[in-house]
Amino acid sequence: MSQYRQIFRDGLWDNNVAMGQMLALCPLLAVTTSATNGLGMGIASLAVLLLTNTIISAVRGVISPQVRIPVLIVLIATVVTLVDMAINAWLHDLYKVLGLFIALIVTNCAIFGRAESFASKQPVPLAAADALAMGLGFTWVLVAVGGMREILGSGTLFANASLLLGSHFAWLETTIIPHYKGILLAILPPGAFMALGFLIAIKRLIDRRLPSDSSHGLVSIQPHG
Amino acid sequence: MISFDLKPYRDQPLYQALLLGAACAVVSLLLIGGHQSTHQSISDHQTADKLAMLAQVLPASRYNNDPLAETATLSSDVLAAPATLMLARQDGHFSAAALQLAIAGWGGVIHMILAVKPDGELLGVRIISHTETPGLADKIERGKSDWITTFDGKSLLNTSGNAWRVKKDGGEFDQFTGATITPRAVVKGVHQGLILYQQWLSTDSGEKALATQMEDAA
Repeated sequence: MSQYRQIFRDGLWDNNVAMGQMLALCPLLAVTTSATNGLGMGIASLAVLLLTNTIISAVRGVISPQVRIPVLIVLIATVVTLVDMAINAWLHDLYKVLGLFIALIVTNCAIFGRAESFASKQPVPLAAADALAMGLGFTWVLVAVGGMREILGSGTLFANASLLLGSHFAWLETTIIPHYKGILLAILPPGAFMALGFLIAIKRLIDRRLPSDSSHGLVSIQPHG
Repeated sequence: MISFDLKPYRDQPLYQALLLGAACAVVSLLLIGGHQSTHQSISDHQTADKLAMLAQVLPASRYNNDPLAETATLSSDVLAAPATLMLARQDGHFSAAALQLAIAGWGGVIHMILAVKPDGELLGVRIISHTETPGLADKIERGKSDWITTFDGKSLLNTSGNAWRVKKDGGEFDQFTGATITPRAVVKGVHQGLILYQQWLSTDSGEKALATQMEDAA
């Protein structure tokens, strides 16, 4: 099962969507003004990625390579639209919180990237595992960037989390610095670039310290960039 | 495995054309099915949201009619779309009016609802929907901050025309850190709503409604 280990290692750290592949920066930079927003976007992206990767892997034998791109695009757009409608109809309270983010998932090139570079060439279980790993990896980076910006910008962490996760999670909402005026820059777009830049710098520092492990079995089918 | 049987055909242009056609047909069917099975529920939720929103600005004790039944459309160049006025009555007496309006914000159109007493004093304002920056300008929502309640009790009489601005522009309403355009738009929308209401009062239907007002309603 080292294949799965490799997939999760890639998704969560080595080849992380945002920090390794540098994909999905548009939704990442746009919504991470708070840790809660980051978590909402992360969960929604994870759900869509899991669905698209599984479906595309299941029909990969039918799709011919020459026309794969329009077919993948139309499939992904359909899944996003259906998820949007389903949440609006049946989980309306959640939609009031996540609604804004779901439409933004279409701008997430990581979904298309995984479909094109992984799901369209791998069997269903591997494609689903890859979606889970990439989705979780994206989610933690979103929460980390959102958390950094929220603490610096508003002095709170996970504010309004109960709107997203229900009242059981009200304990997550903490005020880190009381009576804090906030650093405006952290909430504005430049703050997102800086927070992500620091995260990437930290990741590279850690990677340099770690003993280099060059036995990446799946690296050939996971292009960077 | 199905992929094996199809391999010889996959390079044929005809196969590719059929594949594209079939993919479009399948997703169209999926979207039609999805829309059919959700649109009723979605529009029910939207109506329920609207009534719930109305209940936030208009206390249930103030009316016992169906405000969505007696409406008027008021237009203004300042607004993004004509505003809808809804009349609330208590036992047939004109007791309050709700005004639903839309104004251009920073990221798109801000939809809001406001309720006034017959004399034009604001009972409350709420934002129905908006596409402003999350975490920055969404403090206009009641759920995120109580900024929107600063409008309660304001009217054209107790707040002069110049005061209907954010503080940065010399008015009396707060703006947010990093977001001035959004609160500026909301203040402008509320002010315009009150002006429209005042103009409507002097029309035939407005005078008719005022005539049915209760003696102590103001």
